[in-house]
Amino acid sequence: MHRGLALIAFATSVLAAPAFAASAQKITPEEAAVRRLTGEQYRNVIRDVFGPTIEFGGHFEPGLKVGGLAAAGASSIGVTPAVMEQYDAIARVIAEQVVNEAYRDQMIPCKPGDVKAADDACARQFLSGVGRLLYRRPLKPASLNAHVAAAHVGAEATRDFYKGLGLSLAAMLSSPQFLFRDAELETDPDAKGGWRLDPYAKGSQLSFFLWDAGPDLQLLAAAEKGDLSSQKGLERQVDRMMASPRLEAGVRAFFTDNLGFDEFADLTKDAVLFPKFSAQAARDAREQTLKTIVQLLVKEKGDYRDIFTTRKTFLTPELGAIYRVPLVDGRPTGTPDGWAPYEFAGNDKRAGILTHMSFTALHSPAGRGSPTIRGKALREVILCQKVPPPPGNVPFNIIQDTGNPLFKTARDRLTAHRANPVCAGCHKITDPMGLALENFDGAGEYRTTENGKQIDTSGELDGIAFKDAEGLGRAVHDNPATASCLVSRLASYALGRLPGAGEQAWVTALQASFAENGYRVPDLMREIAVSDAYYRRALPRPSPAVAGNAPLQQEAK
Amino acid sequence: MSRPFDRRTLLRGSFAGAAVTVALPVLDGFLTANGTALAATGKPLPQVFGTWFQALSFTPGRWLPDQVGSNYESKAELKPLDRFKSRMNLFSGMKYFHDSRPMEDHRSGWVIGSSGGLPAGSVAPPSIDDVIAGHIAKGTRFRSVEVSLSGTRQSISRRANSPTYNPSEPSPAALYSRIFGPEFKDPNASAFTPDAMAMARKSVLSVVAEDRKAFTARLGAADRARMDEYFTSVRQIENQLEIELQKPAPLEACSKPGRFDETQLGNTTELVEPNTKLFGQLLAHALSCDQTRVVNVHLGIHSAIRKTGGALAWHSLTHEEPTDEKLGYQPQVVWFINWANANFASFLQILENTKEGPGNLLDRMALLWITDHGDARIHSVDNVPIITVGNAGGRLKSGYHLSAPGDPSTRVGLTLQQAFGIPVNSWGLLSNTTTKTFTEIMA
Repeated sequence: MHRGLALIAFATSVLAAPAFAASAQKITPEEAAVRRLTGEQYRNVIRDVFGPTIEFGGHFEPGLKVGGLAAAGASSIGVTPAVMEQYDAIARVIAEQVVNEAYRDQMIPCKPGDVKAADDACARQFLSGVGRLLYRRPLKPASLNAHVAAAHVGAEATRDFYKGLGLSLAAMLSSPQFLFRDAELETDPDAKGGWRLDPYAKGSQLSFFLWDAGPDLQLLAAAEKGDLSSQKGLERQVDRMMASPRLEAGVRAFFTDNLGFDEFADLTKDAVLFPKFSAQAARDAREQTLKTIVQLLVKEKGDYRDIFTTRKTFLTPELGAIYRVPLVDGRPTGTPDGWAPYEFAGNDKRAGILTHMSFTALHSPAGRGSPTIRGKALREVILCQKVPPPPGNVPFNIIQDTGNPLFKTARDRLTAHRANPVCAGCHKITDPMGLALENFDGAGEYRTTENGKQIDTSGELDGIAFKDAEGLGRAVHDNPATASCLVSRLASYALGRLPGAGEQAWVTALQASFAENGYRVPDLMREIAVSDAYYRRALPRPSPAVAGNAPLQQEAK
Repeated sequence: MSRPFDRRTLLRGSFAGAAVTVALPVLDGFLTANGTALAATGKPLPQVFGTWFQALSFTPGRWLPDQVGSNYESKAELKPLDRFKSRMNLFSGMKYFHDSRPMEDHRSGWVIGSSGGLPAGSVAPPSIDDVIAGHIAKGTRFRSVEVSLSGTRQSISRRANSPTYNPSEPSPAALYSRIFGPEFKDPNASAFTPDAMAMARKSVLSVVAEDRKAFTARLGAADRARMDEYFTSVRQIENQLEIELQKPAPLEACSKPGRFDETQLGNTTELVEPNTKLFGQLLAHALSCDQTRVVNVHLGIHSAIRKTGGALAWHSLTHEEPTDEKLGYQPQVVWFINWANANFASFLQILENTKEGPGNLLDRMALLWITDHGDARIHSVDNVPIITVGNAGGRLKSGYHLSAPGDPSTRVGLTLQQAFGIPVNSWGLLSNTTTKTFTEIMA
């Protein structure tokens, strides 16, 4: 309650801090930590190495969310036995395809002398090449020898060179060197006694951040030649990667994580109450928002804050039905998948991504909408403000025992609930903005009445009053927490953990330059990617005392 | 096709005649003189443990019996479980202490209920199933098996200090392949040929073991703890290969179930019911075949369980449904409680129908039923109901209602740990610590 309000005040005050140049900041780096690949990163690496048609034959466990991001849990998460079983099964499915008779000639650069026996030379040639891409650095001799030996014993046991090679490859795919991005360090010549990521770890960090994929051959070569150790060499690689169409995948990966789109996997709506909602509509809704964001931020190099006000989006016929907009047949789709650009009219309430189904439906229970849940999502996801959970031992009788509970609209019901001062504290910080989205029902469909009564969508966000969703979008656009939240989320995403206390000055400097440079997300990504602070680390403590900040619970969904 | 709400018809529900019999062979020649089922090795069949998590508790006043001891009369909400009364113990009056920690919504309750306390700093206690698995699950293919009945991967099972829970499997078909796929070795098959591929995999893993360890050489303490978890998980794979390569000891009660097709998963009652029965059958077969000795069943955290056409899920109803003045309770919430208890009974029925020698699976099992609240309507953590089912291989008596007002809930967990032969005298954190067991039910 008060805690929530205090946090809001804090977030706002951070912004008033004077601007710093990011590179000039005094940084006390955090300890180096290895990061587990996300499911999507795993898939992207495999597709890059073995081709886009490879099948995975299994699913990846969702990551651990820290500060709202699965990426930020990557430095804390391990591998439970059930997850190991999945990795093991997926690795074998991939390896079987690679050595399969149908593909082996494309995948493997040599042929064994005898397919029924081990051939160490050919195994070595394949494993060293593939290993460098999978481990994101050249294999150490001992490591390469171990995997050649593994292929050897595998071939002997199965009397089949390819089966043996496949088993060695599967072992590589289940190894910590592949599943975890390493954090090998070297001394930092720019900071006396300090450490930084070595060139290969640097290259990995860069490519997973910008492309959500492993380093390509050019980046590995740059690491090998030492180019990544100079600021100029680093910038050359960053600029090359920023100019690549693969940047879009990186931006999508960040917003997918940041907006909690993993929750689409579990999203269901009641088929009776929301007949237009379908699995296809849900997939389209997710894609609609990502397309809108990529168009505005990457293609048009627009202002991040405009995603909350833009009327430009993309729709499919499925979505058209839900948004109740006339997408007539014969529209100029121009694309094979049925996507068409669409712009809502100037007086329309549907402006900005908060009015997309990907927000309104994603943050609603299965059977109805919820201004409280939407308001909480807005605070937590978009503004980085924590809404406290409901307290224990709260009697709800105030609304439950009302004599004539003819509460037709959510506003009526919540107003009654807020009559209880214990509840009012939190609901004041969630409901007034959530109520502005009441024109969108639990599945995101447009409506103007609820139970026959006209919906009142007026609301307020941190002192700014508005009358509808469009006004809410503008208030979010103008709220200082919106931009600072994006910066701290992107910094956490890039680092794979929350920034430490000693790195806050860097984040503050990034926030200042984000504002100065017109809130351009690709510019911010570049600034992160070329900062010293992004690569500096403290030497890990070898002491048995476990570091203190590991999150201990899965975040509730 | 929205179903109008009618408490009476819904109470009868779809459970009538729902008992599913699992056909497992009963071989009378397989008994000892005193009628104890034995494995073919001559040893008693091992104890097995399970948990059942059902959020949102019961309704105060509608479950707590007026009597304690063995001749109590069940109140309305426990009637669906009456059929198992002699195999159950019902515990009342105990609470979850969250000490000075903030109540984290519905989470504090189940974390204390399953792990005996809330995590502090980076130290997180293991859940009770993991503690017991550490003692009884050596040598089985799966240290524990987690399933979720409502389509999610939520779980209450956690290893010590792990930042994540052991994820639940929501799909019966997927669990079938995991347990009874090609790697399953039927203990009763006459012929046994070790699989060449399994042998090769085992050799390959041992050849790369050193290289994997080398990765950890320069890591700090926090990363090393994560790598310990990784290597423990790798050991389970190695253990599975080891088991696959040995001829298993015959287990007369074991049979491989027939194919499981993909089913629709989800949180509506009509999807949860059939999936509960499928999981019941699968887990019964897995336990009979000694593939695992610990199973965890999860109905859904924050219980998003709902009826098709219902705007509010069970959880929302606990907070928003008005108390019916005449009835004195929230009728739709009570419908869900009755439904969930009947669903639990259908699961127990499958375990009981799983014959082993003269008895059934419940003889050697202890299943711990826990919830998150005493009164979900107000998020309370006092007077939480707890249930155990089964006799843990003769170590646990049953048929009692035991009341321990104000005591920490951990008394039940400590009793169970001792029943499973774990030499501990105390369990729990801070105010949830206890040294008291329920000696009345210790055999």
